[in-house]
Amino acid sequence: MPEIRLEGLVKRYGAVQVLHGIDLEMADNEFTVLVGPSGCGKSTTLRMIAGLEDVSEGEIYIDGRPVSHLEPKERDLARVFQDYALYPHMNVAMNISFALRLAKRPKAEIDQKVRQVAEMVGLTEFLDRKPGALSGGQRQRVAMARALAKDSGIFLFDEPLSNLDAKLRGQMRAELAMMSQSVEKNMIYVTHDQIEAMTLADRIVVMHGGYIQQQGTPEDLFKRPANKFVAGFLGMPPMNFLNCDVETRGTETFVTGAGFDLKLQGEAAQKAQSHNAKELTLGVRPSDLAFSQNARPETALTLDVRVSEYVGAQSVLLCECGGASVTVEVNSETPMALGETLVFEVNPARVHLFDRKSEAAL
Amino acid sequence: MFMAPAVAIMAVALIYPLGYMIWGSFRAWDPTQTIGEAEFVGLKNYITLWSDPNFRESLGVTLRFAFFCVTIEMVLGVGLALLLDRNIRGMSVLRTMFILPMMIAPVVVGLMWRYMYHPTVGTFNRFLERVGLSDVDWLGSHALTSVIIADIWQWTPFIFILALAALQSLPRSALEAARIDGATPWQQIIHIKLPLMMPVLIVTGLLRLIDSFKVLEVILVLTEGGPGLSTEILALRISRTATEFRELGVAAAMSNYLLIILMLLTVAMFAFTKFQEIRAARVRMAAEDDS
Repeated sequence: MPEIRLEGLVKRYGAVQVLHGIDLEMADNEFTVLVGPSGCGKSTTLRMIAGLEDVSEGEIYIDGRPVSHLEPKERDLARVFQDYALYPHMNVAMNISFALRLAKRPKAEIDQKVRQVAEMVGLTEFLDRKPGALSGGQRQRVAMARALAKDSGIFLFDEPLSNLDAKLRGQMRAELAMMSQSVEKNMIYVTHDQIEAMTLADRIVVMHGGYIQQQGTPEDLFKRPANKFVAGFLGMPPMNFLNCDVETRGTETFVTGAGFDLKLQGEAAQKAQSHNAKELTLGVRPSDLAFSQNARPETALTLDVRVSEYVGAQSVLLCECGGASVTVEVNSETPMALGETLVFEVNPARVHLFDRKSEAAL
Repeated sequence: MFMAPAVAIMAVALIYPLGYMIWGSFRAWDPTQTIGEAEFVGLKNYITLWSDPNFRESLGVTLRFAFFCVTIEMVLGVGLALLLDRNIRGMSVLRTMFILPMMIAPVVVGLMWRYMYHPTVGTFNRFLERVGLSDVDWLGSHALTSVIIADIWQWTPFIFILALAALQSLPRSALEAARIDGATPWQQIIHIKLPLMMPVLIVTGLLRLIDSFKVLEVILVLTEGGPGLSTEILALRISRTATEFRELGVAAAMSNYLLIILMLLTVAMFAFTKFQEIRAARVRMAAEDDS
């Protein structure tokens, strides 16, 4: 399946520049997810790859061939749209076979292909229905089947699940993950939902403000975020950020801020010491805080518990630490009273430090 | 009770004149007589009309006029809309200019075209002479064609703006999907745009058809129905029967024939929109059953 390469991709609308030189390589059979908040340029990037949007600068290569001047149909790709973009006047079978019919394939081949993909996505009994007579989930499947029937090497998804309700979204996400394993295609998937990104991707590309912030495997990005934005964007509930200053006491390194004074250990201590600026931001994930009444003050945060959100096995505590809000994820069985001041031990190996000005990770 | 005002207005404004016309169509009625004095002749007016070659000729002219006008206007209007449905600079000015003819009063349109069609000083023949071609007898031997051309000039914009509105409300993403599926611009028109515009186009076409059966002013000014009966459409014949031939009963019968044709077209239009609604409702129900 084709390899896709973006080189210095720039998009301008009049005087407004929305993409500032995107460089990206997508390997064979890779499931790449472009993720970011709305307006970050992820959909524009996808539309440019599809050929629905002109390239202002830079070039797109598919299998080493520059394609930015080519029409969408000459790029050998299929696309699933956010609003499904089905042809409302054609029934499901006609929708699925539209590309094949335009390509003047033999009828027997078309029929067989339609049956095959319809079975794959579970639409066999709806082939005669028009899109108007289908539910949201079924329409979504038709969109998927139509893209599958094309047999293109590249599969583009533009927020395909965002119009579905939460339960259906979870189900379709799982089906998509299964499909991506069985279908050998180069897939590019755009979403604003970090859970979709984490669960589906071989590789996540986090975008913000028209720039790529970081790319890598989901685990990579979760454990070693390159900057404060990526750290805050991936993970649910999001990472806690506390302003702090670095202090060296003898051989030991501390980060102190309003309401806490933590001793850094190992790699984090080295990094903090060798960094020029002493004003940092401390990042701790809610899951890296553990309730421990006997923890020593230099390894723990002391928090005032304000609100407890019960979500089943886990509860999310919204707390306060020296004026800043901090969320903590705890086991729901832990006895906890609102308004109490409690001590939570910080996992020292999972402490993140960011330069306060540049927001880059140390 | 709340409907009373509406019923009263209906009775005065619609039922009374209509009833008067139907009642009059059964009489041998002269403008000097009151309707009560006129002799009752039953269906005689209707029957004689059928064997009246002039009426038949006029009906034929009307049908031909309506058919050619609406067909050509639809093709041109929809074609222009497909052509101009894009965002390039100056397009909005161009669109406004295109709909100007529709805003001109029909009598003015008639006068304008009569001048342009004038055999010696008219724009067209002067142009033909200049490029070395022979004159065309616009309002003589080609009168019906000339009248049709004038109507097309005036009413194509109507279809153009409705078709353009239909085009611009098409789902953008479906068109993008078609591009990705490999449809050429031409295939997009045939397979996606036209089928999706069809409901609007059918209603537009019917509206134009109804209108073209009733056209009067432009033809009255251009040709007065001549030469001979070549452009004497029904509306014109009705007016002449009433005023020149002084046969009010026959004119009323003719009006009723025209009314029947128009009613059939209107019913067809309502039936079509109703059919669309029912189908949409059925489709919605089916979708709800499954979800």
